[in-house]
Order: sequence, then structure tokens, then C-alpha cells
Amino acid sequence: MQNRVEEHIDKKSVRDLKIGETGVICCLKDPDMGLKLLEMGCLPGTEVKLNSRAPLGDPITIIVNDYTLSLRLDEAETIMLK
Amino acid sequence: MTVVASPEVKENQPVAAARGMARVALVGNPNSGKTSLFNQLTGLNQKVGNFPGVTVDKKTGSCHLSATQKVQIIDLPGTYSLYPKSLDERVIIDLLYDKKGASYPDLVIVTADASNLKRNLLLFTQLADLKIPAILALNMIDVAEQEGVKIDIPALHKALGVPVIPMNARKGVGIAALKILMSQQLDTIPTPVYSVPESLKPVVESIKSRFGISNNYLALHYAHQYKSLKFLSAEDVAFIGELVQVHGFKSNTLQAEETIARYTYINELLLDAVKVERVEKEEKFSNRLDQVLTHKIYGYLIFLGVLFLVFQAIFTWASYPMDLIDEGVAALNGLIQENFSGPLINLLTEGVIAGLGGVLVFVPQIAILFAFIAILEETGYMARVTFMMDKIMRKFGLNGKSVVPLISGVACAVPAVMSARTIENWKDRMITIFVTPLMSCSARIPVYTVLIALVVPETYYFGFLNLQGLVLMALYLIGFIAAILSAWLLKVVLKARERSYFIMELPVYKMPRWKNVGLTMVEKSKTFLFEAGKVIVAISVILWVLASYGPGDNFERAEQQAIAEAAELNLSQTELDNLISSHQLEQSYAGIIGRSIEPAIEPLGYDWKIGIALITSFAAREVFVGTMSTIYSIGEEENVTTIKEKLLTVTDKQGEPFFTPARSFSLMIFYLFAMQCVSTLAIVRRETKSWMWPMAQMVYMSGLAYIFALITFRAFS
Repeated sequence: MQNRVEEHIDKKSVRDLKIGETGVICCLKDPDMGLKLLEMGCLPGTEVKLNSRAPLGDPITIIVNDYTLSLRLDEAETIMLK
Repeated sequence: MTVVASPEVKENQPVAAARGMARVALVGNPNSGKTSLFNQLTGLNQKVGNFPGVTVDKKTGSCHLSATQKVQIIDLPGTYSLYPKSLDERVIIDLLYDKKGASYPDLVIVTADASNLKRNLLLFTQLADLKIPAILALNMIDVAEQEGVKIDIPALHKALGVPVIPMNARKGVGIAALKILMSQQLDTIPTPVYSVPESLKPVVESIKSRFGISNNYLALHYAHQYKSLKFLSAEDVAFIGELVQVHGFKSNTLQAEETIARYTYINELLLDAVKVERVEKEEKFSNRLDQVLTHKIYGYLIFLGVLFLVFQAIFTWASYPMDLIDEGVAALNGLIQENFSGPLINLLTEGVIAGLGGVLVFVPQIAILFAFIAILEETGYMARVTFMMDKIMRKFGLNGKSVVPLISGVACAVPAVMSARTIENWKDRMITIFVTPLMSCSARIPVYTVLIALVVPETYYFGFLNLQGLVLMALYLIGFIAAILSAWLLKVVLKARERSYFIMELPVYKMPRWKNVGLTMVEKSKTFLFEAGKVIVAISVILWVLASYGPGDNFERAEQQAIAEAAELNLSQTELDNLISSHQLEQSYAGIIGRSIEPAIEPLGYDWKIGIALITSFAAREVFVGTMSTIYSIGEEENVTTIKEKLLTVTDKQGEPFFTPARSFSLMIFYLFAMQCVSTLAIVRRETKSWMWPMAQMVYMSGLAYIFALITFRAFS
């Protein structure tokens, strides 16, 4: 049931994750930034977990491929989840 | 590889032996321990030079592999890939793609963080396809083991085709093995990983034949990056540009596909070569620490505490060695002047040695600030500072890391500007460097103190709020606000040269390596002494000459006149000496310039005497007080009360007191904004590698100083 609801929204990105929540990358929206993210190991099919938020809410850290990656919200927004 | 050269030569000699010292380049991801390895290999045999056109330093060093074999080591900026995302990273491709270049390496050592091998191997596989002889240094093998990562080294070696050395560069483990391999295997070519897709063959073949390249992957990179490769001529760029357009070469898509293909290969490779039995303990430690250190309240409190400590250190602790340097220079000058005399000796002591002293005196602050910065960087705390401050600072065109330069600027702009080096983004770094000198540094304190004492009464509000203290605080605040607003202005004006990313690894907390901290202190002090020092000494000497000599027999006449006046007024010998110095300064070249700028500074309420002080304090603000003492023949003893009493008796043409609140506040504001510091100009030139920035800064700050001093003078009079 949960899955169905998410399928309808279908525009979920890393930005929308809650702390501790995980998701699987589906695609990268911004071509330029996408290259950088790919190189950092954010490949489609990879699992990401929202690890923490900076005290002011932005930037955030995510766990990807067993390491901690920090990025801004507008960068996280380009990582679309399945 | 079908070329049959004389095999004996190739086997017995390292490739580069024929053309002097072999060159080894260190390449690797940020946080992969590249700096530690560089320091381990070279120790104190390091030199800092320039890469043309960028702000990163070119660090080279020499390393003895054996008693007879010595190689040159080049430390390249950390990068995640051979497709550079920042200006500084481009240095790497300029070096590696230009086979005819003077610094083309004979061997690359790729450092990889063994606990995070997947991402680190991406760069390695790219280098492998360039077919440059390589060694893979699996660094931080201890951390990997603690985390339960087991790496099958022989399997990795077999698959990659290059020697793989597990090491712990921080502790020096594996260095000996690495050195032995470097001396033997300067020509192990890695196994290629990625083959250029068939569809791109026409583009690749055209580039290969035009440039005489044999490597497909290198030719592909020419097609991707022709616009930023420095060694290509305009015709070359036009040639590739046309080629790329004709064949519909989609750089972005192709890079993405290539990266995905490489990760697929790496995943398969690591499936066999790496076994992970995760021990959760270690990772949790960093995370737990982060919960406190980046906490909403504690995070900022702790950061404030750290800043306070740094500030205290450069403000207070550094003052002891600084006083020693001042005293030492004075003692040396005294000794020389006692035993020798003559104009050349004056030039040596009061010009050159005093100028050198003025350079040396910054070294304690620089060394201490960089010890702190190295510790903050090494432990991984600096990354958290950036993380916490990014949102606020970004609004003003600054970077989370700008906080350290700005705060350090309150002590001294020179080390502060140097500390902006930690900011990777070009635009953010330039803005930070540009606005840092607006923060009120310690050299402004003497100027502020004398002028405040002159016109602000020592009244207390509520028993503890001192009015003089409040004014001083207001001056600091104005400086800070000016810095922030200027940054915001520059953010709008300045074009970005590269896209600003915040995508970076948040490194795991580590203990600092004291050797790295020490080497950073030495390196920064040396850089300052040799690169900014030259300019500072030169300008100090020029200013000294201007203030110590006058045209024709001006000086003799000034002395005669002073003696005549003294006889009339019945002055003591000291008072006579002071009067002579005062008259001579008036008649010096500096005096002449001071008079000639009087019309320009009159609207601000200043006369030619202040004009002289503005000229002589161009090298350093604190000179203002000394010059005022000389002009008003107050004498050498720099006691605020004495100076204040003397200055209060000074009158203008109408016989009214000269130092009115309007004039004094106007002067305070002038010194708050004006770039009266040669050392800062010299270090900004050094850090930005151009005269354009320090000149723009001087014009901007002098402009602000003039406008706001004018407004202040009008407002108060």
C-alpha cells in the first residue's frame, strides 16, 4: 500500500528523506551535477540513507557506499529516488 | 607495444634516467592521505612553486630511494576524477596529458583510501587507461582492517596489473616497500579498463593522427576537455571543436556512461577482492561525535570556543615571540649604530633591517594560526565547520570556511588571507580574501586607542559600560559589517569561473599527525618570508628613504631653524632633538608629498601634517602614531597619555583645538577602511597570483575610506 502511494508521487528525491530513512537512487536530474554525483558513487540503483542535517537544515549528509557525503539541499534535490 | 627498441636499455635503467631525475606524481582523492605520504617521502626537502594560472601551490620535493637514486615527487591537488570540476583540479590534466611537458611524470603513485576503495578506484581506472606507469598505494589499511574490510592484495594486483602496496602513511608503514618498488618498477603499465566505444572511433582517430597520440583514452579526453587544456594552440582547439560538432559528440552523456561503466567494472572486481565483515563500532564513534559537534546549540558553542582559542593564540600568545623579534631587531640595530656610522649604515639599520624585522614579526602569528588550521583540517573538524556555516555564509557569497579567515583577520590580515587557501571554490576564495582586510586588525588598535583617548570621554554607564570601550567595539562592528556587505556586493559583481558544489566527503574524525602540522607551519612561514617578504622589505625601504631624505639642503636648513627656535624658547636637548626630527620630517620627500596631497584630504578635515602620517603609515597602520609623535615633536616614548596631552594642545589656524571629535572620528573611520598595509597587499598578490587583486582591493578600500571619512567629518562638524 505504501508503495502505491509513492508511485503516484513519483517525484521523491533525497531532499525528501527523513533522518535515518533510506532510498534507492533512480536517476540524476541535473546533467552537470549528475556527473559529479556519479563520480562520488551516487549511481542509479545505489542505496542512500539520510544521515544528518546541518543545524540550519542545509546542507545534509547522506551515507552512500559506506561513506558519508555532504551536500546542499538543492544538490540533494537532483538525486531522484525510486 | 610492438615497437622493438633496444630491450637491454629499457630493462636495466629506469625510464627517465637518461633525462635527469625521474619524476613521480602523487594523485588521489581528497582525504586519501596524499599529504601524509608526500610528507613521509620528502620530509623537509619540499619546495613550493606555482602552477601557471591557478591558486594552488605546486609542491615538489625530492626523495632518496637508495643511496644513489633520487627522484622528484610532485604533489597534485586531490581529485575524484580526471574530469576536473574545479580550476585547481585542472592542473592535473594539464600535467598528465602533455607528454612533452617539462613536468610530465615517469610514474604516478595513486593513493587510495582502503576503507573506501570503490570510490577511490574510479580515479585509478581512469589513470590506468592513460597507460602511465603506476603504483597503487592502499592507504589507511589500518582503518580498513578496523572496519572489517579485508582486501585480497594479490587479486587486486593481478587484476590491475600494477604493484599494490598496503600502507599506513600516517605511521610510515609501507613507505620502505613503496620506495623499493619505485626504484625498480618505474615502468609497470596498468591493465586498461575501459575501451572507447566504437561510435567514437572517428573522433578519436582524427585526434590521434593530428596530435601523434597512440592512446585512445587520452585522445578521448582531448575531445572532452579541449577547451581547458592549456598546452593546445588556438588552431588545435578550433580543430577539435569542429570535429566534436561534426560527430555530435555529447560530452556530458558520454562522461556519465563512462563513469557508470567504470563503476560496474570496479564493483565486479571488488566483489572478489574485498570481503567486508562490518564492525559497526568505529563508524558510530564519528557519528556520535558529530551529534555533539554539529549540534544545534553545542555545535555553535564549541565552534565559538575553538575560534576564541585560535583568536587568543594569534592575539596573545604570538605577542611574546613578536616582542622578542622587535627587541632583537632593535638590539641589532643599536649594536650596529654604536659601532659604525654613515648614511649607508642608516639605510641598513633603519631601512633594510627594520623592514626585515617588519616581515619577521608576522611569522609567529602565521605559524600559530596554521598550526591550528592544520589540526582542524587533519582531525576532520574543518569539514564540520563548513557544514555548519555554509547556509549563513552562502547568502553573502562566502563559504563555510570563510569564517576562519574572517575571525583571524581581527588579529592580522596576513595569516588570515593565507588561511583562505582551504576554500576550494575560486570565487568564494577571492571574495574571502578581498573582504578579510576590512576586519579591524591589531595594527589598527594603536591608531584607535590614541584617537579615542583624544575625543571620547572616559565615562561609565551603569558602572561598567565604558564609553571608550563602546566606541572601540563599534569600530570593530563597522569593520565586520563592511566586510559582509562587500562580500555580498562582490557575489553579485564577480562572475563564477566554476560551478559551486558542496558535494564532498565528510571525513571520519582522526587524530592529527603532528608531523603534518609541523610541516604546514614551516611551509607557510617560509612562503610568507620569501614571497611576500621581498615586496614588504622593498616598500619599507622606499618609505624610509622618503621620510629620511629631502631635496637639496632642506635637512640642514630644517636643523638650523630648529636650533634657532630652540634657543629662543630655551628648550632642553631632548626637546631640541624632537624639534629637529619634526622639522626634518616636514622637509623630507614624505613631507613634500604630504603637503601636495593636502587639497585632496582637506575635505576630510586633515592638514598636511596628517597627510605625512598617511604617507608614512602606508606600509603599516601602526606607524601613524609614531609619525604623529615625530611631527608634533612629542618624542620617542609612545605613551598614550603623553601623546594625548600634546595633541590636545595643537591648534588650527583660527587658534581652535585641531583634534576635534569630527577630525578624530574621520581619522578613525579612514583607518578602519583604508588598505594601509603593504604586507597584506603583498600576501594577496602571492595568494591570488596576480597584481590585479591587491590593486583592486587598494582602490576599493581607499575609496570607502575617503567617502566614509568625508561623511563622518561632515556629520560631526
